[in-house]
Amino acid sequence: MFDYNFHWRPVMRDLPDLIEAGLLTLQVASLAMILGILIALGLALIRLNMRGPLNWIATTWVEFARNTPALFQLFFFGFGLGAFGLHLSPYAIVLAGLTFNCAGYLAENFRGGFQAIPETQMRAARSLGMTATQAYLRIVIPQVLRIVYHPVTNQMVWAVLMSSLGMLVGFRELSGETQFFASRTFRIFEYFAVTAVIYYVIVKIILGASRLLASRLFRY
Amino acid sequence: MSQPISFFSGFQPSDLLFLAEAAWRTLLISGLAISIGTFFGIIFGWLLYEGRIWASLTLAPVLDIFRSVPLIIQLVLFYNFAPILGLNLDPFASGVVILAIYTAALVANVARGGIEAVGQPMRRAARSLGMSYWQDLRYVALPIGGRAVFPAWVGVALGVMKDSALVSVLGYVELLKASQILITRTQEPFLILSIAGAFYFALSYPISRYAARLEQRWAHA
Repeated sequence: MFDYNFHWRPVMRDLPDLIEAGLLTLQVASLAMILGILIALGLALIRLNMRGPLNWIATTWVEFARNTPALFQLFFFGFGLGAFGLHLSPYAIVLAGLTFNCAGYLAENFRGGFQAIPETQMRAARSLGMTATQAYLRIVIPQVLRIVYHPVTNQMVWAVLMSSLGMLVGFRELSGETQFFASRTFRIFEYFAVTAVIYYVIVKIILGASRLLASRLFRY
Repeated sequence: MSQPISFFSGFQPSDLLFLAEAAWRTLLISGLAISIGTFFGIIFGWLLYEGRIWASLTLAPVLDIFRSVPLIIQLVLFYNFAPILGLNLDPFASGVVILAIYTAALVANVARGGIEAVGQPMRRAARSLGMSYWQDLRYVALPIGGRAVFPAWVGVALGVMKDSALVSVLGYVELLKASQILITRTQEPFLILSIAGAFYFALSYPISRYAARLEQRWAHA
């Protein structure tokens, strides 16, 4: 039943390269999250406060990001835009796809966060003489950030896991690099097993760091 | 010379049927995986809740692995590991197995949350009315807890439906793979991806709206 010889040596030889690719994974996921958070804040505020075409665009963005597969979104940025002569690099495809997806999911989280802040607080802040911007930046957003901290952490984990789809659009992040090595040596199982471990470690590091940060940020 | 440019060059109505069939296969594989996964997920969730030490020491970390490794890696790993064990699985079977385990890992947390949502006082009340442990679980914990986490479960199920697109990596011709095949033939990526996206959207959007409305109604009830 077990007449298969595992060969781990080639994997161990390429391990430094794989870890480096893991850093690229972390980089693209972090960048997508930063952009995603900024866009999601905008989308959430538009959906809550505005009417007309802008609201319509924001709603469409959120619903499409949430109701189609992430891989489909990547293909869309990869091949779909190619129809208009817009050819993105693999890095740009993954970054754009992840940002689009993360922004859509985070926008809903943020919307829930904003709705959880009682409106009276905004009025109280305004009657203390704050401008609307000041009230948002000093009163509302800090509280919203606390509410959405956990969902944002989860989304960061999802972003790392989703970036593995880069393998299918020719991006050499952790998965893409693994596939490249695996197809060179035909040690598919061994390479992907090690990659799975690296992903697991990355996810654990993110969760640990987030917990550490939370204990510092939300002490009182 | 001005030739009329046809938007539909190479794309025929029969291709739409091809995509619809592929959408059916997406539904088939995700429906199967979600059913099996939910069944085991509920059992796992119950085991986690009961908190016997062996469950939290063995089951929890294992489920955690399936939530911390990209699905695509899991699929490739399993597809290449099954032959090592002497199993001969086609892409469909491999996809169902991994998607079901993945679903179970996610549903386990949802189910545990559901049982926790019922609360000890009500459980004790049920027991003091003379219900056995299983009656309490069947007639009190499951209906009330299930209602509390039903929207979350819908979210998981829709997620798995969308993630089933990844089974295309193994060569199973579901919606996304079918659209890739058509793109290769017709060179109309934008049109075909739009149609495929519309299919996914049509499958997912009504259900997610329905769940959101249920959640709202139950929150006010």
